[in-house]
Amino acid sequence: MSEATMRELEVAVWRGGDSGGFVTYRVPERADQTVLDVVTFIQRRIDPTLAYRYSCRVGMCGSCAMTVNGRPRWTCRTHVATVAKGGRLSLAPLANMPVIRDLVADMTEFFDKWRRAKGRFVPAKESPKGFARVPPADPKRRAADAGIECINCGICYAACDVVRWNPDYLGPAALNRAWTLYNDVRDGDRLGHLLAVAGDAGCHACHSHQNCMEFCPKGLNPTASIAGLKRAVAGAYLKGEL
Amino acid sequence: MSAKTETLVWLAQRISAMVLAPLVLVHIVTVIYAIRGGLSAAEILSRTQGSLFWGGLYGLFVLAAAIHGSIGARTVIGEMTPWRGRSLDAAAVAFAVGLMAMGFRAVGALT
Ligand code: SF4
Ligand code: SF4
Ligand code: FES
Repeated sequence: MSEATMRELEVAVWRGGDSGGFVTYRVPERADQTVLDVVTFIQRRIDPTLAYRYSCRVGMCGSCAMTVNGRPRWTCRTHVATVAKGGRLSLAPLANMPVIRDLVADMTEFFDKWRRAKGRFVPAKESPKGFARVPPADPKRRAADAGIECINCGICYAACDVVRWNPDYLGPAALNRAWTLYNDVRDGDRLGHLLAVAGDAGCHACHSHQNCMEFCPKGLNPTASIAGLKRAVAGAYLKGEL
Repeated sequence: MSAKTETLVWLAQRISAMVLAPLVLVHIVTVIYAIRGGLSAAEILSRTQGSLFWGGLYGLFVLAAAIHGSIGARTVIGEMTPWRGRSLDAAAVAFAVGLMAMGFRAVGALT
């Protein structure tokens, strides 16, 4: 083993529930190591009782998000070299959610809010005659496209101050989802999507300070989606549709 | 609050902000002009009294500020303290009415 690979990282990991604390572990530093590799090393080699969550390891499933050195990140695609200051890492569960244990946050409320935001496609009443033609250049299609790649990781939700201040706030991910559905011309209740997100628990609570966009690992811009919802809701209100 | 009322509140906040922005500038420029020019209180009053322009301008200012301030205060209190819901809504309305009463009284004395 060369000198470089013998170096160790000092990793502070949150252990326990909401009232737990940090425990420090020493993990050998490797080239191209991800934060998830570090967590897995601790669980396999040092303490098998460590609880954490992951699945795909390639940035698709959205299950591995944690707070890394104070910031919400997807750990499977975050290289230690880009975030570890002076060989130190601090790992905690995602913020704005209750802690189940160790690095596992309880995402129940996060997903319940998707439901409350009516974040599901509503089929049209009559069965469609053939395929819906949606030109790729259509402005609505493009608006939906811009927000569609969400992997439900909860990073934006953990980064949003308004979620912390207003526990009812639906949050950036659910609102972004509502925006993609509102722009889906095949959806049978586009107005219903607006109704579900209007109000002080919905799009109107957003302060547009763009933390969600800053941290979204997929490079989405929920702030823009929410601004679109605000405009659409105001338009529907002025037309007397709300 | 219902989605409809909340949307109206949001629109009122936006529109009052658009009204306030130029009015604040006019107000500040006027204040600087009056002070630099060394106008006395009596001189200022002689210009504003009976003036539909100044009365209308500051009347609009009072209206926009009362709306904008009360909605903003309601948001800040709702986010920073546990106080939410109907009682906070009622307090915001009372705050707006109070601001308007004081503001219009001042505008009345000016014009
Ligand atoms: S822009 Fe809106 S949704 Fe995004 S972090 Fe800020 S308040 Fe939250
Ligand atoms: S919008 Fe981005 S940060 Fe938020 S849940 Fe989706 S992928 Fe994650
Ligand atoms: S493990 Fe699936 S996104 Fe990280």
